[in-house]
Amino acid sequence: MHNFNYHRAADVADAAAKLAATDDPKLLAGGMTLLPTLKNRLAAPSDLIDLAAIAGLKGISVEGKEVVVRAMTPHAVVATSADVQKALPALAQLAGNIGDPAVRHRGTIGGSVANSDPAADYPAACVGLDATIVTNQRKIAADDFFQGLFETALGHGEIITEVRFQIPDRAQYMKFRHPASGYAVVGVMVAQYGSKARVAVTGAGPCVFRVAEMEAALEKSFTPASVANIKVSAEQLMGDIHCSAEYRAHLITVYARRAVEAMVG
Amino acid sequence: MGEFGIGQPVRRKEDVRLLTGGGQFTDDIDLEAQVYAAFVRSPHANAKILAIDTLAARSMEGVIAVYTGQDLVDAGMGVMVNEANYVNRSGKPMNKPSRRIMPVEQTRFVGECLAMVVADTPEQARDAAEAVEIDYDVLPAIASTARGLDKDAPHVWPEFGENLVVHWEYGDKDDVEAKLAACHTRVKVDLVNNRLIVSPMEPRCAAAEYDTASGALTVYTPSQGGRRLQMMLARGLLKMAPEKVRVISRDTGGGFGIRSKMYPETVMVAFAARTLARPVKWRGDRSETFVSDYHGRDQINVAEMGLDAHGRASVLKVETLLNVGAYLSENGVRLPMEGGGRIIPCMYDIPDFYFSVKPMFTNTICTDTYRGAGRPEANYIMERLMDAGAQALGLSREEIRRRNFITEAQMPYKTHLGFVLDSGDFDGTMQMALDAADWTGFETRRAESATRGNLRGIGLATFIEGAGSRPIEGMRMRFEANGEVTLFAGTYSHGQGHDTVYAQLVNEFLGVDFDKVTLIDGDTATSPETSNGTFGSRSSMVGGIGVKRAAEAIVAKGRKIAAHLLQTDAERVVFEGGVFRAQSSSITLAEVAAASHDAKKMPEGMALGLDESVVYENDVENFPNGAHICELEIDPETGILEILNYVAVDDCGVVLNPFIVHGQVYGGVMQGVGQALTENVVYDADGQLLSASYMDYGMPRAAHMPMIEALFNVVPAKTNELGVKGAGEAGACGAPPAILSAVGDALSRLGVSHIDMPLTPEKVWRAIQEARVVTAA
Ligand SMILES: Cc1cc2nc3c(=O)[nH]c(=O)nc-3n(C[C@H](O)[C@H](O)[C@H](O)COP(=O)(O)OP(=O)(O)OC[C@H]3O[C@@H](n4cnc5c(N)ncnc54)[C@H](O)[C@@H]3O)c2cc1C
Repeated sequence: MHNFNYHRAADVADAAAKLAATDDPKLLAGGMTLLPTLKNRLAAPSDLIDLAAIAGLKGISVEGKEVVVRAMTPHAVVATSADVQKALPALAQLAGNIGDPAVRHRGTIGGSVANSDPAADYPAACVGLDATIVTNQRKIAADDFFQGLFETALGHGEIITEVRFQIPDRAQYMKFRHPASGYAVVGVMVAQYGSKARVAVTGAGPCVFRVAEMEAALEKSFTPASVANIKVSAEQLMGDIHCSAEYRAHLITVYARRAVEAMVG
Repeated sequence: MGEFGIGQPVRRKEDVRLLTGGGQFTDDIDLEAQVYAAFVRSPHANAKILAIDTLAARSMEGVIAVYTGQDLVDAGMGVMVNEANYVNRSGKPMNKPSRRIMPVEQTRFVGECLAMVVADTPEQARDAAEAVEIDYDVLPAIASTARGLDKDAPHVWPEFGENLVVHWEYGDKDDVEAKLAACHTRVKVDLVNNRLIVSPMEPRCAAAEYDTASGALTVYTPSQGGRRLQMMLARGLLKMAPEKVRVISRDTGGGFGIRSKMYPETVMVAFAARTLARPVKWRGDRSETFVSDYHGRDQINVAEMGLDAHGRASVLKVETLLNVGAYLSENGVRLPMEGGGRIIPCMYDIPDFYFSVKPMFTNTICTDTYRGAGRPEANYIMERLMDAGAQALGLSREEIRRRNFITEAQMPYKTHLGFVLDSGDFDGTMQMALDAADWTGFETRRAESATRGNLRGIGLATFIEGAGSRPIEGMRMRFEANGEVTLFAGTYSHGQGHDTVYAQLVNEFLGVDFDKVTLIDGDTATSPETSNGTFGSRSSMVGGIGVKRAAEAIVAKGRKIAAHLLQTDAERVVFEGGVFRAQSSSITLAEVAAASHDAKKMPEGMALGLDESVVYENDVENFPNGAHICELEIDPETGILEILNYVAVDDCGVVLNPFIVHGQVYGGVMQGVGQALTENVVYDADGQLLSASYMDYGMPRAAHMPMIEALFNVVPAKTNELGVKGAGEAGACGAPPAILSAVGDALSRLGVSHIDMPLTPEKVWRAIQEARVVTAA
């Protein structure tokens, strides 16, 4: 690890001011991604601005048709929140299957979303549940937020403050865990909003994406059979030493169908 | 006695200390005024080293020294040791490159140490290591075992003109092939035994200090017993008198074979401490452990077996390719011959055998011993052949084994490579496993799984091990004046629980309280001269018998003292349950021990104290064996496999502590599960390690761990007076073939006939897909 200056931000404005005032700063949330990167000397920021002390960035609330998760809320809190379990059980279940207990108690939704790891679970929730990513500067629709491999719409100095999920009629997340890392090889979030359907896939591509053909089919008929034969082309997908692109493409169909099966009972 | 003696499930006395942070691993040891080392590692699998520029690094803050391979040559340092000496049938000796501690002209694998920096802090050392500039001429590399002997494969050692280390053979190839051709049925398997990263919990570390006045060097390192490391360091590498080199391992976080070896980093740390006359410490990180600890396995085996119409096998041909890496590690090249060779063809009586082994160099880190050391590989070959034979002849998998087992009536049974199997009830052990797993009731369970769309399979593997490695081990037992006992061992407990088991033995033989026995090991200053350490499941035999014989020596001397005190003849004194008796009078061993420190109470001319050292020389080993059964279910749509039930019946002879042996079984099975399902080292064509972290290398997790029913079929070994057989490596032998047998069973109805480890979901899914395509066609 290289040396850096450590700051503990008092509130979001303070964090933003420090971001602006330092050379090559990084926000520190749970540190589950950032700290290993620093330890392996793959990054050498001049300053770390820790968001941990900002009370306003923690907690969960249900506001009308939205579940609001503030940026510094750890996965374990989302997973065990009675509010989330009641209003949006698919989100609680997703959070409860991230990594291992240590990661779930340290890692935060803000860090996960900001990082846009292609294999992370939350991006599927954001896009599948039509979320809005709220920052200290603006509101960004999840559909516009995730832009590529580790790439998001976040601008310089922008801090995620909360994520607002639209509560669906029903939703289900299905994940195939990577044999080594436990991240998603394929994670499919299927959600139904009245006559509308959303199918968001994480793990398989360079970043989360929707499967329009499946959504259209489900909007016609919300049954497992509607998606059972829709194939996603392997061409745009990723492969690694454990799971090829072709296999990932196959899993998307299987997991989408199983998600719908679970939803229609 | 009863509660703490032989065979009792005594809880491990070392665990409270280890589980509450009381362990002293090498990184816990801080030497006064220590400085820190960091290594510059090769990013290339094969490259000429044109120049190493250390100038910038030397001028950095805190940097004390930078050493390159050339500096070691200039300092007169020796080379790494390899004692293997195989000869081709043509008479040509094996190709044997000399391995420098750090190379000077060429680097041959990614991660090889090319320079060392010593600085005031670890961060400074790392910063400076990054500033060492090396000019390379990158050369083509070869990493693949399948391709390593191809004509167009780049040569790791151009001077040999080939990558083949040696072609070692046993038996008459032409004769065996002719006999195979004449057999009623022949079965053939072509198997990859996947390369593994051994993954001890503790990364490799070393700390060393040198006392200029006395010229004494102390090296702290994780190990499996320091004596061999001490000898290597002193004689070959640092060129010092052995008594001036002390190796200490207080606690070691996992050995598995690879921690018994000498590594360049250890030598370098010792060298720097001596050269600088300052304590030097290095703690490898996990990434370094991946690229610089020796790897395990990595064989390709093509084997053929010939059977008669009744399923009796009479001919066997095994051709092994073994990837030894860029150099010859201490034992890597020996594994098929002297590791697996102890037992092959395993539990089966097969009169005609041809065995060909072709170890090869590749641009990878060396392979070496890993839990089982050649025996898991050998058993894997035989078990896959037996399953293939059963299928070919329409026999059940248990019946074909039964028809080919070496029987107790045939024992002592001399194996092809000259080892003698003394005992074992192979059929009885297998039957116990079949009963415990409800083998005959399986079809009902298969049908139940089918209703859920899943493919269920059950698999059987029988296996034999070779344990109790030769040749010699010492043990010293000393009674303190207060009646407590101290053992000084050359075996070294690095997880096995020797503190507990040896105390049980002392309790059994001498009646001394379990809590009053202290084991001192892991230090060459106190361990017996003749020690070798702990590896190859040897400590129950060589250490256990050491305790027994030392106890006997104590009793022999104690009897004389007792006789003196009881004023009778020693022949009249009997020892039982911690008490010496002669007719109506008696004296306890504790009283005798106390008296032994008082010259006035001792017989004339007898040395004070009860302090006996023994040497146990074993020219035979022992042969643990077992039968494992695995039941699992496959989701055909995804290829995901779940182990539902696992039965392990082990014959590890007399069980000293079933609680501890169960632990060994669970751990071994888990490592076998890892090899079978998730673990795989992958190098790309350029020799870059792709599976270089746990994000890419699949360590098995608790969730992969099946419930294991571990049972014993106790058949005492005849090769040693305790009747023990090693227990450490059995699980790793049994699990891979048992799992493969189960997957074969689940998939055979679809027509899948071949699949290799690790059984990742994708591999299983593909096998199902391909079978369906073929069936459809
Ligand atoms: C062993 C392991 C297993 C894991 N398994 C999974 C898994 O199965 N599924 C999964 O989805 N994830 C997994 N993760 C990732 C983990 O869940 C965290 O979500 C992730 O590490 C990021 O969250 P964090 O709070 O730790 O962020 P940090 O590591 O602190 O930060 C990550 C990045 O986000 C930036 N950042 C943080 N907060 C904000 C903010 N509020 N606004 C703007 N930028 C911000 C930081 O500057 C940094 O660049 C795993 C991690 C580990 C270590």
